[in-house]
Amino acid sequence: MSQADSTLEGHSTGLTAGPAFSIPTKKVAMWLFIIADTMTFAACLLAYGFVRNGSADWPRPFHSITNVALMTFILLTSSLTMLIGLRAARAGDKAGAFRWTMITAAAGILFALLHVREWLGLIDKGMTLFKNPWGNGLFGASFFSITGLHLTHVTCGVIALIVVGVRYKSGRYNADDIEVLGLYWHFVDLVWMFVVPLVYLLNLAH
Amino acid sequence: MTTAEASKRGGIGKELMVYLCLLALAGLQFVIAYQNIDASQMFIRMLAVAIVEAGLAVMFFMHLWTEKRRFVLFVLIFTIFVLLTMQYGWTDSTRMVVGAPFSK
Repeated sequence: MSQADSTLEGHSTGLTAGPAFSIPTKKVAMWLFIIADTMTFAACLLAYGFVRNGSADWPRPFHSITNVALMTFILLTSSLTMLIGLRAARAGDKAGAFRWTMITAAAGILFALLHVREWLGLIDKGMTLFKNPWGNGLFGASFFSITGLHLTHVTCGVIALIVVGVRYKSGRYNADDIEVLGLYWHFVDLVWMFVVPLVYLLNLAH
Repeated sequence: MTTAEASKRGGIGKELMVYLCLLALAGLQFVIAYQNIDASQMFIRMLAVAIVEAGLAVMFFMHLWTEKRRFVLFVLIFTIFVLLTMQYGWTDSTRMVVGAPFSK
């Protein structure tokens, strides 16, 4: 063995000692994505708070909490169904894992439909990105951008749930993939916990 | 204990408890929304509840609690540090309504 080979071997030993933090690479990658996405949502919510705090005529257009309460319930419940799906996958119950993953996806679709219905209701009342009948025109821009970004995440999550669920059932993916996707889905749920009070509940008409 | 080991052990009881806690905390946010308090107090209370909710979700739904300690520290310290450094501009947000901060 040449000196170069032994040097390379020495290096490769160090580099391939194991994945970062001794955690599967896919999971670390998802966590890094989640951290980055946290910053994206935090920046959006901070900008929203900044504008809201600096506006004397910030609108309070929400008269009912029924829709947003239902959406919250559905999203929280979908996190539970995701966990049940992961547990089934870990136990080797392929049919059960697939079924619960699809139930989670169905909950995501229901959430998205309720969201779109709410958007259409607000648009019907005259709210657009730049104007609304109630006050500061920036309300529409901040509302649609924050909830739109979250809705995009839910939509991507639903697509991913269906794809990963089907591939898991066919044997191409394993329980680790369900777990990594579950991390993303729980994150979407977590973001909603901040969007609801800041964007909806603080803007309730009393 | 890894996440896989943790999820193999026991039933769904712990997750169900966390789920019920999250539902209750979400309900609490709705109750706060109907309290007769000023907006800043409402904001602080709702944010506090949301942080507790997020902590429960991250630790038990996302199983961060069962990961390696070094990884938990990396995620928490890095995330909290960046989130805190984002808060530097709050005083400036009142300038449009009440004038430049500390100008009087």
